[in-house]
Amino acid sequence: MSILVGADTRVLVQGITGREGSFHARACREYGTQIVGGVTPGRGGTDFDGLPVFNTVVEACAATGANASIIFVPAPFAADAVLEAIEAGLDVVICITEGIPILDTVLVKRHLRDKSTVLIGPNCPGVISPGGRCKIGIMPGPIHRPGTVGVVSRSGTLTYEAVAQISELGLGQSTCVGIGGDPVVGTGFIDILRRFQADPETEAVVLIGEIGGTAEEAAAEYVRASMTKPVVGLIVGQSAPPGRRMGHAGAIISGGSGAAADKVAAFQRAGITVVPSPAKIGRTVARVLGHP
Amino acid sequence: MRIHEYQAKALLAQYGVPVPRGKNVSTPEGARTAAAELGGSVVIKAQIQAGGRGLAGGIRQAGSPDEAMEVAARLLGTRLVTHQTGPGGSLVGSVLVEETVAAQRELYLGVTLDRASALPVVMASAAGGVEIEEVAAQHPEQILRQPVDPVIGLQPFLGRQLAFGLGLSGAAVGQAVNLIAGLYRLYREKDCTLAEINPLVVTVEEKLLALDAKLNFDDNALFRHADIRALRDVEEENPLEREAADLGISYVKLDGSVGCMVNGAGLAMATMDLIKQAGGEPANFLDVGGGASAEQVTNAFRILLADPNVRAVLVNIFGGIARGDVIAEGIVEANRRVNITVPVVVRLVGTNAAEGMSLLDHSGLGVITAATLQEAAAKAVQAAHG
Repeated sequence: MSILVGADTRVLVQGITGREGSFHARACREYGTQIVGGVTPGRGGTDFDGLPVFNTVVEACAATGANASIIFVPAPFAADAVLEAIEAGLDVVICITEGIPILDTVLVKRHLRDKSTVLIGPNCPGVISPGGRCKIGIMPGPIHRPGTVGVVSRSGTLTYEAVAQISELGLGQSTCVGIGGDPVVGTGFIDILRRFQADPETEAVVLIGEIGGTAEEAAAEYVRASMTKPVVGLIVGQSAPPGRRMGHAGAIISGGSGAAADKVAAFQRAGITVVPSPAKIGRTVARVLGHP
Repeated sequence: MRIHEYQAKALLAQYGVPVPRGKNVSTPEGARTAAAELGGSVVIKAQIQAGGRGLAGGIRQAGSPDEAMEVAARLLGTRLVTHQTGPGGSLVGSVLVEETVAAQRELYLGVTLDRASALPVVMASAAGGVEIEEVAAQHPEQILRQPVDPVIGLQPFLGRQLAFGLGLSGAAVGQAVNLIAGLYRLYREKDCTLAEINPLVVTVEEKLLALDAKLNFDDNALFRHADIRALRDVEEENPLEREAADLGISYVKLDGSVGCMVNGAGLAMATMDLIKQAGGEPANFLDVGGGASAEQVTNAFRILLADPNVRAVLVNIFGGIARGDVIAEGIVEANRRVNITVPVVVRLVGTNAAEGMSLLDHSGLGVITAATLQEAAAKAVQAAHG
């Protein structure tokens, strides 16, 4: 088992005829993901690698029975694409697009309150379940191995780094979730941690945070109060100066909050095993799991 | 994106927020004319985007048009150093000449995003005129925080709650309600990340006036605001950071000596942390982007090496979508096109990483390769110090 996605997930690609969308639609399919169709307004009725392309998400859902989508729509139109997917009633919507205006995401997030859709992202690498051969994202598939470690992170390549370190030691991942690097994202750490705690396949969780905001502090409080599985944590950005944005829109220490030291302290108070260096993520997980 | 005070006040005025009468000028003669129009006694405010201008001598009184001209002449063309500018200061290209205002109270009013609740929040305080972070740290109870549902917007009752909460009464309440609504509308319609009036003064005539203003905008939303894009002042930006941004590279200049080139923001921060742990100081944050093409790697080298403090470069690329051998070719290509005069340490991992490393080892470029993150950081720090 895994969280959010699995072998049964039927995926639409919104923006399938674009450069990114087509490249990653193929890569996800090659990995084993059930990609059932694509959506590009104006291209309905055409075909992509033998997959049907539709004008609207509603149409695509009716024809394919899709229950998830991955979005590669350009930033100015991405919030609209997310809302379209939510309104179509999809269970899981994963928005890869970076650079969406933050107030667009604020409105989307507000709208999600009354819906059952789980939105991952925006500005994220997506979700992968190695055991279910289901990759809905842009991560490199081959570095993953089926296993029992859940990974949740605000980052892309740093998550790959963590995954590679874990796989190299002969361990594997139950599910890896990149929640996204924007100041506001559809699904936060706590919701993912709750799912990992409830997932029988997951034995330990790696939580990767970074400077900016207070999501890591809130996640630490959740771990302390509600989790029995071991959690290994890493915070990056210890060397970042206040007031400067470190690439991710959300990675900024501002108004006295968001510093790495505060987050590390919150992890320690919560009983999270803090990774001493980004080079030791795999080793720390192995130690916690009693793996040689 | 940030803009100048005079630009912010012009926008506020468009949204019905009262501001002092004033004129932005770029010559001493212009300051004299403006002062004469405003009745002689004026305030001269240096237009730089950093805060802390008052303490740094960037805000001065003048009692007459001639004095206004003298004050403006002393400020214009100089570099004003405040606690926010860094030692180089910011060039004063223009000064805002404003009527003097007799204030009886100084308030604070700001709209920003509360990340935790994912809602816009209006912050108001009776303790205006000082930095709000200071108030928040020392007297958090003096700050009123009012979240706004973005679907219904800021309704008048929220404005009234804030106005009465600030201790306003009489005609000032109605003025405040309009002013708060205007500020929120500006924040929302122009995609601000911060819309702040500090101080918001109550004059001796019981009128509300935005004495100083700061507007910051969401870079990701600038595509739909041509009017805001037109306000950009490139003089205020670091030239290297500006060039990088134009090339689609995320670059932040720092003070250390180990330059770093990484794909992905999280891994870039992790790499900087490792450099620090290895006893060095990162010279920059640099994210070449997920693909890390030969073109981008070349561009990134050019930007990195334009910083004279860089004594060694650490390249840390996780090849997933981008293959390691292609990235290695990019590094070789960059060497051909950019004169690289400092040691370069490279760590590649992921798809075809071994082929990439071998290509670099046999390139004759003298590139130092490293197998692990730890080793790469140690070698880069050693190279920078050696």
